[in-house]
Amino acid sequence: MSGPRTLFDKIWDAHVVERLPDGTCLLYIDRHLVHEVTSPQAFEGLRAAGRRVRRPEATIAVADHNVPTSDRSRGIAEPESRLQVETLEQNVAEFGVPYFPVLDERQGIVHIIGPEQGLSLPGTTIVCGDSHTSTHGALGALAFGIGTSEVEHVLATETLLQKRAKNMRIEVAGQAPAGTTAKDIVLAIIGKIGTAGGTGHVIEFTGDAIRALDMAGRMTVCNMAIEAGARAGLIAPDDTTFDWIKGRPYAPEGADFEAAVRYWRTLPTDPGAAYDRTVTLDAATIAPMVTWGTSPERVAPITGAVPDPAAEPDPAKRAEIARMLTYMGLTPGQKLAEIPIDVVFIGSCTNGRIEDIRAAAAIARGRRVAAGVRALVVPGSGLVKKQAEAEGLDRILTEAGFEWREPGCSMCLGMNPDKLSPGQRAASTSNRNFEGRQGPGGRTHLLSPAMAAAAAIAGHLVDAREFA
Amino acid sequence: MEKFTTLTAIAAPLPLANVDTDKIIPARFLKTIRRSGLGVHLFDTLRYDENGAERPDFVLNQAPYRQAQILIAHENFGCGSSREHAPWALLDFGIRAVIAPDFADIFYNNCFKNGILPIRLPRAVCDALIEDARQGDNARLTIDLAREVVVRPNGEEIAFEIDPFRKHLLLHGLDDIGQTMAHAGAIDAFERNRAAVQPWLPKTTLA
Ligand code: SF4
Repeated sequence: MSGPRTLFDKIWDAHVVERLPDGTCLLYIDRHLVHEVTSPQAFEGLRAAGRRVRRPEATIAVADHNVPTSDRSRGIAEPESRLQVETLEQNVAEFGVPYFPVLDERQGIVHIIGPEQGLSLPGTTIVCGDSHTSTHGALGALAFGIGTSEVEHVLATETLLQKRAKNMRIEVAGQAPAGTTAKDIVLAIIGKIGTAGGTGHVIEFTGDAIRALDMAGRMTVCNMAIEAGARAGLIAPDDTTFDWIKGRPYAPEGADFEAAVRYWRTLPTDPGAAYDRTVTLDAATIAPMVTWGTSPERVAPITGAVPDPAAEPDPAKRAEIARMLTYMGLTPGQKLAEIPIDVVFIGSCTNGRIEDIRAAAAIARGRRVAAGVRALVVPGSGLVKKQAEAEGLDRILTEAGFEWREPGCSMCLGMNPDKLSPGQRAASTSNRNFEGRQGPGGRTHLLSPAMAAAAAIAGHLVDAREFA
Repeated sequence: MEKFTTLTAIAAPLPLANVDTDKIIPARFLKTIRRSGLGVHLFDTLRYDENGAERPDFVLNQAPYRQAQILIAHENFGCGSSREHAPWALLDFGIRAVIAPDFADIFYNNCFKNGILPIRLPRAVCDALIEDARQGDNARLTIDLAREVVVRPNGEEIAFEIDPFRKHLLLHGLDDIGQTMAHAGAIDAFERNRAAVQPWLPKTTLA
């Protein structure tokens, strides 16, 4: 305990309530985010066992996955989605859990609103029944996704039974070239280590290229730590973090804020602390990236081409690549920048923040979405939407032919009416390109907001640097 | 939760890597507010065609494997989302154990909460078991959790590892919330200390 420790070690140690004989720890949870899809069975479990929510004030609920992103004043048309949201509303009322209603401007994607409200703070533990909880690690919080049984466990006890993960460090050294964004950095990382590269580990992202990112970019990177298989992603808090938190609705104020910052400054990894694994990337070599397969690790620079499965020596991998190309409707050797697209989706907890919308608007300004392309911009929260409208970004986008929608998860997973039809091809700023993720038979290419906006204008995947 | 002691059953071979949770149960089936009833949608896109008809080449649509209680797959099984609907769908179909070289972390955890035993074995061993499984009804596998072994149809025993706490809960079908509640005093003390040291931690309130 007294030796040099990593950021992860420090947060972990500060939250161990008890250590069981086999090393499993009872870990205290500071903040629990709840949404409509993964919570109904947890509340049902509490009800059946006659248990209450131990700390409603450590909990915040919001509906995001199922909500329509068109006019909501008339409620949710789809009966199953409506039932799920209504069930959440009944549960929060019955158990006294704080909730941001669908028509509240604070409503939005759970991973956007936690940081936005100042609820996600450095050095805290944050969980949610959602794998992209890793997003909050950008603030220096230990944040990870859990299943519904664990949601019930946290509601009832404010703790989780956990085995300590291993420490992994991903150092992104040097300076990213102009036109390379946080999304490109994280896609390059996943391409390098693979979707199971971080399994069993908490990844701390370090290096000058990470330090240089704003908070939105850091959240994009940590968001996709789960796509690298990691339990959580972390970035050490610094002045960029503290300045960003200051003044947010739930952030500590005045002397409390000063005291908090003094503590937060003790969190970064001590010199000499050991990591179980370290991977290094050179930011200078990272170009704008786009995925071509049905796993986020199947990614290449936009200047590249669709790979040839015949070049893969491992027969299982060769078959996997061939299967992906069939699903994606691509041919080996096809240039990525020539792939035509039908739909563009800009949004999600990966890239639904104001900075992302600004990046898209900067490309869209004075241009037109290509004929036959449907382009959606879905802000991550009501407050992001309001801010974008105050800056006139909605007008720039709608004048260019983009649809400007209400906040929610939307086409990231197609639980609401925004989804791809079979065979449709999307350029999407979300995080998963799994088969059918954005709608049955839909084909997804993951990329940054600037690349997505550029694809909308060009009608095909394209290097956004040509639009600068 | 149903306890897991020993299981002798048909095993279904699914020699695919990176089987993600969207494949196990697509998002459109997550709109349920119950745990049961998802088995019919397990592996929906692999199992049914566009018109909802069964694809005869998919393993779980074939005669002996409709009764499979064990699934054997390749690397990184259960990657992707945290949805516990994935183990719920497996369980509802009848699967009680999944064998693979490795699993995504959240899926692995979720299995234990539902009485499903995920077993990590090296790829070559998984491939040997997949060959056994291809014999369908003629070759049942036995899993003995107490002894931590998988018994092949030829009698060969293959040892696996599992951490003792999880094994204990699974063997006895114990609810881990009940276990944690026994530590309520320690949680109270921890919470009091935390409130004193970091009084600025935010508290959400009802609107
Ligand atoms: S935006 Fe997508 S990844 Fe993020 S929470 Fe919603 S569905 Fe999950």
